[in-house]
Amino acid sequence: MKSILNQTKIKNQYLICILAVSVVSLCCLFTRDFLGHKVIGYILLVVVSLLAMFLDILPVLLSAVLSALILNFLFIQPYYTFHISSAEDTLLFFLFFLIALINGVLTHKIRKTEKKLQIKEIRVNTMKLYNALLDSLSHELRTPISTIMGAIDTIQSKTVAISEENRQKLYSEIEKASLRLNHQVENLLNMSRLESGVIEPKMDWCDLKELIYNVIGSLKEDLQFHKIVVDVDDNLPLFKLDYGLTEQIIYNLIFNASQYTPKGAKIEIKVEHNPDVDFEYNPDKLMPCLITISDDGNGFPEAEIDKVFDKFYRLQNSKTGGTGLGLSIVKGFVEAQHGTITLENREEGGSVFKIGFPALIMNTASISNE
Amino acid sequence: MSNQATILIIDDEVQIRKLLEITLDSNDYKTIFAVNAKEGLLMAANHQPDLIILDLGLPDEDGQVVLKRLREWYKNPIIILTVKNTEAEIVKALDSGANDYLSKPFRTQELLARIRTALRNLVQQENEPLVEFGEVSIDFASRIVKIKNEIVKLTTTEYNLLSILVKNEGRVLTHQYLLKQVWGNSYSDQTQYLRVFVAQLRKKIEVDPNRPKFIITESGVGYRFNTS
Repeated sequence: MKSILNQTKIKNQYLICILAVSVVSLCCLFTRDFLGHKVIGYILLVVVSLLAMFLDILPVLLSAVLSALILNFLFIQPYYTFHISSAEDTLLFFLFFLIALINGVLTHKIRKTEKKLQIKEIRVNTMKLYNALLDSLSHELRTPISTIMGAIDTIQSKTVAISEENRQKLYSEIEKASLRLNHQVENLLNMSRLESGVIEPKMDWCDLKELIYNVIGSLKEDLQFHKIVVDVDDNLPLFKLDYGLTEQIIYNLIFNASQYTPKGAKIEIKVEHNPDVDFEYNPDKLMPCLITISDDGNGFPEAEIDKVFDKFYRLQNSKTGGTGLGLSIVKGFVEAQHGTITLENREEGGSVFKIGFPALIMNTASISNE
Repeated sequence: MSNQATILIIDDEVQIRKLLEITLDSNDYKTIFAVNAKEGLLMAANHQPDLIILDLGLPDEDGQVVLKRLREWYKNPIIILTVKNTEAEIVKALDSGANDYLSKPFRTQELLARIRTALRNLVQQENEPLVEFGEVSIDFASRIVKIKNEIVKLTTTEYNLLSILVKNEGRVLTHQYLLKQVWGNSYSDQTQYLRVFVAQLRKKIEVDPNRPKFIITESGVGYRFNTS
């Protein structure tokens, strides 16, 4: 309500003030014989105070002046003149006027301070986020850069003779470091694409089976010590999705699983579809396209499970190597395609990511017969 | 044509030019360089290189425009380098006549493989009646495909798709191009046909259809037929 009133234009605020004061005064007019002008004065003060809570300073001052005049004109005897007969009532009138003004000004001041505090709080939060970014960036970018610079120095050094074996090791460290750098830059670029809101999904028919095997192929090195199970129906229909975004989603999730589960862990990727779901009209919001990626690793700490999709959030005691961007990019790319994603720990151990897309489905049987 | 192919590199980044010079030089290619679009167009006309490596992000002119102007007369292969990893940009370049693309950062081994393929296709322009890859052989004259000497039954569409991929071996063919060539102009945005028939074709000719060796997916761009 507050925000709605805040957005109301100043002209409307004046109108609200005049209306509120007039309506309340009119109501009081019928009861002025048993309430008496003192009680009515209080009632009007309450109206001014209430207005002061929501509206700008100038309209509130207007309502203060207006209510004082109305109090004098309608409720202080003699009625229907601005003349006041008794000294007590004159004092009452001026006190009313003063209190109404002070009321308005004070409330306005309080709100101003509140706003300042809010801005300060936002700034502190932004600084925290910024520091988290800098921390994680300076570490995640500088480590591979140090590796590259150091390795080159050693290789180029004229004073030490290094064995051919060690030289090859250094070369491979340089390679790993540059791949890691590239991965981090990729993540940052994706994050900034999400932040700037320039992502426009290009929906096209996707063969999810092909996409998943493609991703697994490109992660061959990272997955060499894991057991990969792909559970996809041979007659899986095509889904209308953005190929590039979906590929990145699956890539980040499988990559994550490969990095944070122990050697020998099983990673399972499953695609299911609900053929008869009309997404628009089904009350359960049952998704026509469901992708689950699960592992039998150690799972996520229950207390932190809600935060893993937050930007720059990294699990306590997690190993180095991430910026805390991977999963928030996943979430962003899922939502860009109007999908949903959840994370749960499995009863039997490990964790499961469930993605649902409200995607159109095309059965391929009719096409392949042509 | 001498044994040594001449490659023109149009790139404004001095580090990339150094890297390419050393890499290509060590692999017995002759390299010439241009640092902007204007110089690039001039050098292409004066030297008639066997292949051009063109960076899309040039200081004086959009790389896509340079590509179009080159293609008005230049028939040899053009390989695109791009840092903009957007599929739309790549598809546009391929549709304007680029033979291949690489996104920076790229591996030099990959670049060398692409250069070899592009130059090989240049030499073997004439149609060969029989092509073999792995255990698969295609006889274009009689339209017969065999695996381990056993005839594989392909539908007409499957055969057409396979033959266009094989004839452009090593080259990325965009979804749109394949759809137009195999199904006709009005099918150019009906990607579902391509998805289904590529999957079917893989089942018939690949050893493991889930890990294809021949028909390679280029994410969001198209397909490439690989024999190496």
